[in-house]
Amino acid sequence: MRIVIGQGSCGIAAGAEKIRKALTEQSIGCDISITGCIGMCWLEPIVDIYDDDNALTRLVRVSENDAQAVAEYVETGDKSKVEKLIVTDEDSQFLSKQTRIALRNCGIINPELIEEYTEKGGYTALKKALGMTPEEVIEIIKTSGLAGRGGAGFPTWFKWNAARQSAGEEKYLICNADEGDPGAFMDRAVIESDPHNLIEGMLIGAYAIGAKHAVVYVRAEYPLAIKRLKNAIRQATENGVIGEDIFGSGFSCDFTIKAGAGAFVCGEETALIESLEGHRGMPRLKPPFPAQSGFWRKPSNINNVETFANVAWIINNGGEAFAAMGTEGSKGTKVFAVTGKVKRSGLVEIPMGKTLRDVIFDIGGGMKTDKPFKAVQMGGPSGGCIPASLIDTVIDYKALGATGAIMGSGGMVVMDESTCMVGMAKFFLDFTAKESCGKCIHCRIGTKRMLEMLERITKGEGREGDIELLEELCYSIKDGALCGLGQTAPNPVLTTIKYFRNEYEAHIKDKKCPAGECSDLIEYKIAADKCRGCTLCARNCPVGAIGGTVKQPHVIDTTKCIKCGKCYTVCKFGAVVKE
Amino acid sequence: MEKEIDLSLLDGVLEEYAPVRGSLITILQHTQEIYGYLPKEAIELISEKTGIAASEIMGVGTFYTQFRFEPVGKYLIMLCQGTACHVNSSELILQTIKDELGIDDGQTTEDGLFSLKCVACLGCCSLSPVMMINEDTYGSLTPDKTKRILKELREAAQ
Ligand SMILES: Cc1cc2nc3c(=O)[nH]c(=O)nc-3n(C[C@H](O)[C@H](O)[C@H](O)COP(=O)(O)O)c2cc1C
Ligand code: FES
Repeated sequence: MRIVIGQGSCGIAAGAEKIRKALTEQSIGCDISITGCIGMCWLEPIVDIYDDDNALTRLVRVSENDAQAVAEYVETGDKSKVEKLIVTDEDSQFLSKQTRIALRNCGIINPELIEEYTEKGGYTALKKALGMTPEEVIEIIKTSGLAGRGGAGFPTWFKWNAARQSAGEEKYLICNADEGDPGAFMDRAVIESDPHNLIEGMLIGAYAIGAKHAVVYVRAEYPLAIKRLKNAIRQATENGVIGEDIFGSGFSCDFTIKAGAGAFVCGEETALIESLEGHRGMPRLKPPFPAQSGFWRKPSNINNVETFANVAWIINNGGEAFAAMGTEGSKGTKVFAVTGKVKRSGLVEIPMGKTLRDVIFDIGGGMKTDKPFKAVQMGGPSGGCIPASLIDTVIDYKALGATGAIMGSGGMVVMDESTCMVGMAKFFLDFTAKESCGKCIHCRIGTKRMLEMLERITKGEGREGDIELLEELCYSIKDGALCGLGQTAPNPVLTTIKYFRNEYEAHIKDKKCPAGECSDLIEYKIAADKCRGCTLCARNCPVGAIGGTVKQPHVIDTTKCIKCGKCYTVCKFGAVVKE
Repeated sequence: MEKEIDLSLLDGVLEEYAPVRGSLITILQHTQEIYGYLPKEAIELISEKTGIAASEIMGVGTFYTQFRFEPVGKYLIMLCQGTACHVNSSELILQTIKDELGIDDGQTTEDGLFSLKCVACLGCCSLSPVMMINEDTYGSLTPDKTKRILKELREAAQ
């Protein structure tokens, strides 16, 4: 038998490292190793036990206190010891319903050992590609229909070809691992769980465009990803996969990692280049495009992590196999980070052409609360909210774009009736206003003005005509902003106005927040018939606004109440209500 | 009393990176790792060794949210305010921390123990709401759990 512990960032945050220590202390006579993110993040920490025939028993939500039971199971093979920890069939379907290409090794191999990657056929695609001409490699990518997974969905072969055609000896291949969408973690999972797959995809890309230098720009908040990638680069260099004359082909390529320093706009490719050069991350005017003049003004090609993570598979399996999946305009698979109010929150990779319902309900299991599904946010600050009525929208660049949202990089934040849509728009505008680099006026001032209006509306100070004014502002920012950040910043506002106009109107005209989220528009009350007088709320109230005697219904003094909502969350009897 | 800044700690970093073009952000990251923030004296030294004007270094330093110009507490709380955490009530956790420690986003407690910084997404969205304190990530936070964590850290520091 062997034990494998899921140690992606989520696993570790949930306590995987403590479990590994506890299991090691049990001195079990079997191998204990780690793997990356399995993708079933809501069940972390996860311990996989493979028997001698490699059959898997998956234990979930394991704690240190379970170490002894796990040890007993491993020693005796008696499954009853761990019965209550074994993943349910229903939860297992979360994985069995997926088609994993970019994530094919995630949660299976040990990301810290190159041998485990090569045993899975790793670096054979690179060898194969180096035996072809760069033009042949680009042709395969063209056949595959692979499009950029960073958000815009631009055909990858086209960018590679443009960089290849660009004159000049010195070229750069850059990987965008800035993953700025707050609520998305696909790229982190790939790097933490299968870093060699990224390296292999990048090397193939570098060969195709004729670059001798590969650079990865990783966001600063991902220390574990940086650590594992550094380790992988060292191993690949020691194994002759990175460096001079790779596999005797005459192709040479070096690799560097640069850590970002926390700026969303640096996900934009020209801002990323500025940042790589050590400057403030302010976007450059395009054209010239990076393919002509990029890093150090040399021809450069930038792709997202997930884009590269598909490349080795495509080279090995052929462009046709990839193109066989998906829709007319969107080929292959897409990874989504499904989070929010969904029951099974984690990573989902499915072929394009499935519907949002497939992801959120069939795989994600629907809502984790008893409140109904309201909307799903896709594309983060550049995207929008898709309402429940459009749940059967097909996952396809065009179909999602038609809703006003975008495919985006893969963030899918699921919301129930308790989320206020005006509040959601405000949340994103607060983000973009803070993250605007300040270079162009439309974005710098426009996002700020929109935020001020949304703040006013959520405070109950909205005025007649605010919605129209917001819309007008949205369109002028879209037209006038210099880079993608500003051009897409209005999307969260436009989509929420489009689908939830009545909520805006309720805030403005009736001074009510239908979702009960905007604190200025609600009042907390205690329902006397439900209150048992347990005093928990009174003890938790930071301003002493709740009075009453033990075992008697309590009362909130609304003149003192600061509407922090603590009583609402602590009450075990549902006696505190928002009105 | 202000602590004396030992600039010799920067020697290795500057030797390695000062000659490499485009390394300013890397140098600043190492500097912050050493001192916990970017001291004025260090910025002047970096300027001298790299030939980049101190004003430009400040321009870069202030652009990125990672950099700080004041020392931080023993425990740096990075509280996620990303989308997934927002939807799962991270606001309540922020309020709890503010109440418990009496500080706002960007401030440090008087005893120098805790600093609070709101960030956008730590990449553990499935465990939202999430915070990171120094190297450790804490997920599925509730007000009670948050209070307990802060209490444990305070006790550990004594
Ligand atoms: C404001 C802004 C933020 C972006 N953030 C990211 C990001 O975090 N990751 C990413 O891969 N692409 C991001 N992009 C898209 C990149 O500019 C670029 O299109 C992408 O990296 C190209 O790779 P792809 O063709 O493989 O998608 C962002 C764009 C904008 C305008
Ligand atoms: S949104 Fe909080 S960890 Fe991602």
